[in-house]
Amino acid sequence: MQTNFTAEQLADPHVATSEKILRKCVHCGFCTATCPTYVTLGNELDSPRGRIYLIKDMLENGRPADEQVVTHIDRCLSCLSCATTCPSGVDYMHLVDHARMHIENTYRRPFWNRVTRNVLAAVLPYPARFRMALHAAAFGRPFAGFLKKVRGLEAFGAMLDLAPRKVPRPSPSARPGTHPAAGARRGRVAILSGCAQPVLKPEINEATIRLLTRLGVEVVAPAGEVCCGSLVHHMGREEQALEAARRNVDVWLREVENGGLDAVIITASGCGTTIKDYGFMLRHDAAYAEKAARVSALAKDVTEYLATLDLPQQEMKRVNVTYHSACSMQHGQKITMLPKMLLKAAGFTVRDPAEGHLCCGSAGTYNILQPEISQKLKARKVRNLEATKPDVIATGNIGCITQIATGTEVPIVHTIELLDWAYGGEKPALLG
Amino acid sequence: MEQIGFLPPKAAVLARRDEIVGDLLDLLPEGCLVHETRELVPFETDAFVSYRRVPLAVALPETTAQVAAVMKYCHRYGIPVVPRGAGTSLAGGAIPQEDAVVIGLSKMSRILDIDFANRTATVQAGVTNLAISDAVSPDGYFYAPDPSSQLACTIGGNIGMNSGGAHCLKYGVTTNNLLGVKMVLVDGTVIELGGKALDAPGLDLLGIVCGSEGQLGIVTEATVRLIAKPEGARPVLFGFDSSEEAGACVADIIGAGIIPVAIEFMDRPAIAICEAFAGAGYPDDVEALLIVEVEGSETEMDDMLRAIIEIARRHGVKVVKESQSATQAALIWKGRKSAFGATGRIADYICMDGTVPLSQLPHVLRGTAEIIERHGLRVANVFHAGDGNMHPLILFNANDPEDAARAEQAGNEILKLCVDAGGCLTGEHGVGIEKRDLMRHQYAEVDLNQQMAVRAAFDPQWILNPSKVFPLEGRPAA
Ligand SMILES: Cc1cc2nc3c(=O)[nH]c(=O)nc-3n(C[C@H](O)[C@H](O)[C@H](O)COP(=O)(O)OP(=O)(O)OC[C@H]3O[C@@H](n4cnc5c(N)ncnc54)[C@H](O)[C@@H]3O)c2cc1C
Ligand code: SF4
Ligand code: SF4
Repeated sequence: MQTNFTAEQLADPHVATSEKILRKCVHCGFCTATCPTYVTLGNELDSPRGRIYLIKDMLENGRPADEQVVTHIDRCLSCLSCATTCPSGVDYMHLVDHARMHIENTYRRPFWNRVTRNVLAAVLPYPARFRMALHAAAFGRPFAGFLKKVRGLEAFGAMLDLAPRKVPRPSPSARPGTHPAAGARRGRVAILSGCAQPVLKPEINEATIRLLTRLGVEVVAPAGEVCCGSLVHHMGREEQALEAARRNVDVWLREVENGGLDAVIITASGCGTTIKDYGFMLRHDAAYAEKAARVSALAKDVTEYLATLDLPQQEMKRVNVTYHSACSMQHGQKITMLPKMLLKAAGFTVRDPAEGHLCCGSAGTYNILQPEISQKLKARKVRNLEATKPDVIATGNIGCITQIATGTEVPIVHTIELLDWAYGGEKPALLG
Repeated sequence: MEQIGFLPPKAAVLARRDEIVGDLLDLLPEGCLVHETRELVPFETDAFVSYRRVPLAVALPETTAQVAAVMKYCHRYGIPVVPRGAGTSLAGGAIPQEDAVVIGLSKMSRILDIDFANRTATVQAGVTNLAISDAVSPDGYFYAPDPSSQLACTIGGNIGMNSGGAHCLKYGVTTNNLLGVKMVLVDGTVIELGGKALDAPGLDLLGIVCGSEGQLGIVTEATVRLIAKPEGARPVLFGFDSSEEAGACVADIIGAGIIPVAIEFMDRPAIAICEAFAGAGYPDDVEALLIVEVEGSETEMDDMLRAIIEIARRHGVKVVKESQSATQAALIWKGRKSAFGATGRIADYICMDGTVPLSQLPHVLRGTAEIIERHGLRVANVFHAGDGNMHPLILFNANDPEDAARAEQAGNEILKLCVDAGGCLTGEHGVGIEKRDLMRHQYAEVDLNQQMAVRAAFDPQWILNPSKVFPLEGRPAA
């Protein structure tokens, strides 16, 4: 597409990057068809092509963000289905990241929206605060229905709905330390402990550590690690996100020096997408650009790492698994076949749901900030999943697990829990 | 560069903008009218992105009754209306104008009825082409016309442009697969044309509506033919040392009375672009490639292939490569169908759509190369060779106005070349604004006047998509 930027505007490296991205878009409209918000709302403004155009118009005119642009960008799930579809290779992710930053820097949100976002940014990335908030939610739950009806407060209602009824006890897996390999050591990895996941589902990293150490891999949970920054990054709070990235880069590179690392293992694909992007995010930071790129290269989804270990084919289990590919897995990291191949090798019968490319509506804090669209996407996802008559649903992202679990009776677990079970671990508790 | 003109906006309509918006808000449910300036900008163009006009408002109705209400209102006040499906037109068919209300069908995307006994599907106009095939595929059927844009384009837009695709060589284009429509006329009257049967008594108005580019009314529902999937299908790649030889080979295949399902052509630049995107295993050491798809039982496919290979040998075919698996077959088509979009990775482009008699393919390919060279441009050719429907993609730099003007000029020369070779301006993309001013090159005055008279019978005020298809001068008065 033709673009209209002055040399002065292009001197801003963010604008320069976005201009290159915009130039690649040929306005063919293919991406609209696979965008969850377009298929739900039927308005081009809520489609990738429409958003690209809104962003282009805003940036070219050097305008501060306004209510209309913010409405449509806020509705974007950052699921990146559009990027998978686009034949022209338009890097929508970095364009919308830039737009979110621009919004955060130039737009004053309405009061309650600001409060909600501040609360989320102050709580979710910090496990201790998050745990406390979940306990508090138990008292708030009776008000959920009421809150959802008050304009501006819907998000708080949605939060209460999503909070689990029972909060698991703190798990030792989340504490810093080294988990030595059983038997001969064939590798050494760091594991990302994460922020919300260890509070909501500690069994995911427990299973990962059990399986990896059984397979001869030493697993370290380094001290000093913080939330990957994805949450604030998607809110456009770039400085906060970059600070988190720098902290983690330091922590992991220290491990590389003290003992070496084959990989940084991530068990939440949402975090994986962001950590794999550290190199890009910090590209203008002379002190960190190269280090961040190294860390991004080390970052691996747990299934990517397992695939290098040549796990043996196990006997068939007579368990029907429907695999839900998280957006951050299939579109963000382009990992599509690996998890299913691992599950098949582990003896499970694996099925794909229809419309597998569509988001479940979880999308980080989306289910809290955009409850209406999120609910519609959840219902659609659950319908497609249940149509495959699964014994269990498997996926690789905590956000999807929380979201889908509130919509179906079918148990949903992390892929790694099934793999751990198949290779000598315990059956996931949810499977009875 | 702006060379193609639009009708000047009606001052009286522009002056009443706020009032019109207010009235339309009353006619439509919440969230179904776009009217803020910022939000109108993304509707200013379609896939013919070099031309742009911001509309007055965009209505996104949810029902036929709402379409009729908006249409009736606009008719009463003489407000131009531009129908819009997915906005993938390559001819600028869905580009609005400043005084126009766009009626977008994107919220009307439900499949209403699937009738396997009669092999028909009835859908709302905003349903995408591929969604129909997806819905009936588990039962062994498909909807045949397959524009490369089938993932996104709507059935309403397909009817507007009488769209075609790779597999139309055997199954025909939209008009051959359309059985009936529900349509809102310019004054808001709702009519039905055709039905579930292949032919209806009386005048074939459906035939006129198909390809009318949103100028006779707004289609809100369509009934289309479903076709049973063949027993098997196999794409085979044929590589040649020159585009002319490949073109001549196509002419001979069809000349011998052999009709495969598809014969697609790509030249070297197009092969490189598609291979980089899809990794389909297209040969990389040939100047031109034909994708020939045969279908039927194993013996039927083998027989047809043998005959085609023999003809190809006479034209010095260099490589013959059969797809080895269903996955590879899918990649071969994915590469082909993504050709235009994937071209966006290397340059901006405009896509021509001239159609020529098959015997003229080599001549027109040569002429195209000369025109492109004379203008100092680059071209990639990828098209439906079996139909003689050529799509030279003229590559240029949209940020360089001179380059863009050159591309447009070269495009016009290529289309004239097609017409002079006994062909026509458009095979499947429609006239839109892009080829509007070349219509006089295509048609004698009396012929064009007759078409305009029919058009005016449906819409005497010329308010439906008025800047398109017919040259702006010499239109019959209302
Ligand atoms: C990458 C790419 C590849 C393409 N490949 C092909 C191809 O292989 N074959 C092919 O034929 N075309 C192709 N096209 C062109 C385009 O996709 C077709 O013309 C398509 O039919 C347009 O559908 P749409 O829904 O996008 O309609 P739009 O572009 O929105 O509109 C097209 C025309 O139809 C009118 N219209 C739309 N909806 C209605 C309605 N409900 N009632 C009345 N009029 C209506 C509009 O006013 C306009 O004149 C391609 C386009 C792109 C971008
Ligand atoms: S990221 Fe997802 S929601 Fe956002 S525009 Fe792309 S496809 Fe649509
Ligand atoms: S698919 Fe890609 S090139 Fe086409 S409109 Fe979407 S982003 Fe632009």
